[in-house]
Amino acid sequence: MSALRQLRNSLFAGLKPVSGPTGNYLHAHQSLSVVFGMALTATLLPFIILLPPFSGFATQPDWVQGFASAGIFVLLALGLNVVVGLAGLLDLGYAAFFAIGAYSYAYGASPFSGVHLPFWPLLLVGALVAAVFGLLLGAPTLRLRGDYLAIVTLGFGEIVPVVFRNANTYTNGINGIGGMYRPALPVYGTFLGLDPVPYYITVVALVTVAMILLYRIQDSRLGRAWMAIREDELAAASMGINTVTTKLLAFAIGASTAGLAGVFYASKVTIISPDSFLFAVSFTILAMVVLGGMGNVWGVAAGAFVVYEIQSEFLKQLNGFVATLGLPAVNIGFLTIDISKVDFLQYQFLLYGLALVGMMLLRPEGLFPSRRRQAELHDADDADAANQELVEA
Amino acid sequence: MTAGTPPQAVLRTVHLTKAFGGLVAIKDVDFEVLEGSITSLIGPNGAGKTTLFNVVAGLSEPTEGHVEFLGERVVARPERGWLEPVLWLLPPVAAWALAYVASGAGATAALEILILVGLGLLITTLITAIIRPAWYGRLLDKLGIFKSARPNDMVQAGIGRTFQNIRLFANMTAGENVLVGMHGHLKASPLDAVLRTRKQTREESASRAEALRLLRYVGLAGRDNELARNLPYGDQRRLEIARALATRPKLLLLDEPTAGMNPSETATMMQLFSRIRTELNMPILLIEHDMRVVMGISDRITVLDHGEKISEGSPAEVRADSRVIEAYLGKGAV
Repeated sequence: MSALRQLRNSLFAGLKPVSGPTGNYLHAHQSLSVVFGMALTATLLPFIILLPPFSGFATQPDWVQGFASAGIFVLLALGLNVVVGLAGLLDLGYAAFFAIGAYSYAYGASPFSGVHLPFWPLLLVGALVAAVFGLLLGAPTLRLRGDYLAIVTLGFGEIVPVVFRNANTYTNGINGIGGMYRPALPVYGTFLGLDPVPYYITVVALVTVAMILLYRIQDSRLGRAWMAIREDELAAASMGINTVTTKLLAFAIGASTAGLAGVFYASKVTIISPDSFLFAVSFTILAMVVLGGMGNVWGVAAGAFVVYEIQSEFLKQLNGFVATLGLPAVNIGFLTIDISKVDFLQYQFLLYGLALVGMMLLRPEGLFPSRRRQAELHDADDADAANQELVEA
Repeated sequence: MTAGTPPQAVLRTVHLTKAFGGLVAIKDVDFEVLEGSITSLIGPNGAGKTTLFNVVAGLSEPTEGHVEFLGERVVARPERGWLEPVLWLLPPVAAWALAYVASGAGATAALEILILVGLGLLITTLITAIIRPAWYGRLLDKLGIFKSARPNDMVQAGIGRTFQNIRLFANMTAGENVLVGMHGHLKASPLDAVLRTRKQTREESASRAEALRLLRYVGLAGRDNELARNLPYGDQRRLEIARALATRPKLLLLDEPTAGMNPSETATMMQLFSRIRTELNMPILLIEHDMRVVMGISDRITVLDHGEKISEGSPAEVRADSRVIEAYLGKGAV
């Protein structure tokens, strides 16, 4: 265990807080280390999957295609981390902002609206539109906390796809909007659907920028205010923090990241329908944040990537692998269990549930926790143990 | 406390009354905190000390009367706070309602324009409300239906406080706790933070140095990197004071700052209070049960009982007051 921790520490040595004359509690996360880390990961990934266990799963282009999609979820998890991990506001309807971003692109660049605006400015527009809706959702929910807030956001997450489904005239209803124009670059030309590389590079760039921005905000006055509100809202207000604007900003910034992801998603799949943004998506993103380690930008990103790859690649592979084992079907009375015919993809939510329960029991701080959260949860254990001893003595 | 000019009142309550339904927690209390002095608020349990404190700190609004701080009347608690989001949404909803009416007439062009106007209004009001510049506040004041003084507004006005039951940000380090206290007078916007402008980096390093200085001042030198929850009890109390000082208050409210401390810890705390008064020339309003503390450092004492002010004056005067002895020990003791 400690060896693992050491390995992790050495791996992330570049991300260690900088010790200055004023002490090292102030993480001055260095943007360069983010750029370097992302560049390294992004260049290594397409080659790692050429190695034996992975190379059997899919071809390299397929893998890279998958990575580009995984990047969307990394972006989403990064955004949700602001709302849930930093500000402590449980948001169960996060996919709504994803949808709003995607539909923004659909209105800006598809035959459906008859408008063809370039992709790059639309990224900003999508982020802005989602941010405005983040404020709209935030405004009436400011007085709510915890479970109550979760219920309202859950409602919002349901309302948005329903609106997109039923406002036929404006959204083409259940069929969704298709034929979105693909992004283009001045020299390179238009991105091709079959060539995943430009999408991959774009999403890596987006994730890198988002990470740097979120790190910078986290280290600033606003980031501290979010954490203060998470810890104790009344005390935060008594320290001069305007809790209303601070919480609204958390919603807006979280939503804008989802909007960004939505625009990229729409440009990549070129067809969107309301069914792509149901509660399952919100839940998946939340599971990614929790599994990755709430409050830690790298952890959340890694968590999202791992979870996405598991659901999109490994479960599929598991199907094939189990089928080749040729396990005999088992008869228990009227019930026949034939493991080789089980479609594990259909069990992904069961697996999420199991993973979450397992995490809560074994590693509540997530796979890659922030130092703070680790201390929080483990000190609590120590304190409980100490109390227990006192009681027994 | 110079001999020439008489000391001014920093804080004054005027006929302050606070009732919770039928229960009158404070009844018509007038008292003041003079500049550069330590004023203590004492009284038996349930006398209304904390209620008074919360009214002053902006956590609850007075039923009658008001609080004056630095000569200006302070409004506690937003009146009709639910109106604010309604105000934000009113203009666009009006535009949309108009659009709906227009659509009945079959004028599609007008409809589209009105929808766009509605969206524009919505975004504008939201953004102004969020940035909340002074003129937006003045507009709300002029409308007279909404007055905002949340606890954070009171802090901006210059009232810093600590809590009876320690309310630190437990999972943040001591240094970060103090930095949060400085939130109000850091001016860098999120955009500055994103761009790491020179303004922001300079402000951050200055505030970090200031935080370390404050921690040293209250006796927590070298503990800045420790999580607040891991500090010993006495140090947590000190950290709360450092955090309150970080808001650069003009008046410091301390709610039972020595509760649960042993005599030697209490003595060092008392030294800290006198230093804050003499070195920073900061007036302090203190709620305390420990009579050694109260009698030892107070310049003036106000005694509350059953929500009413029963005595006021210097420690010696209060100690001799028969009504105070009666309140604490009962009628027979006099």
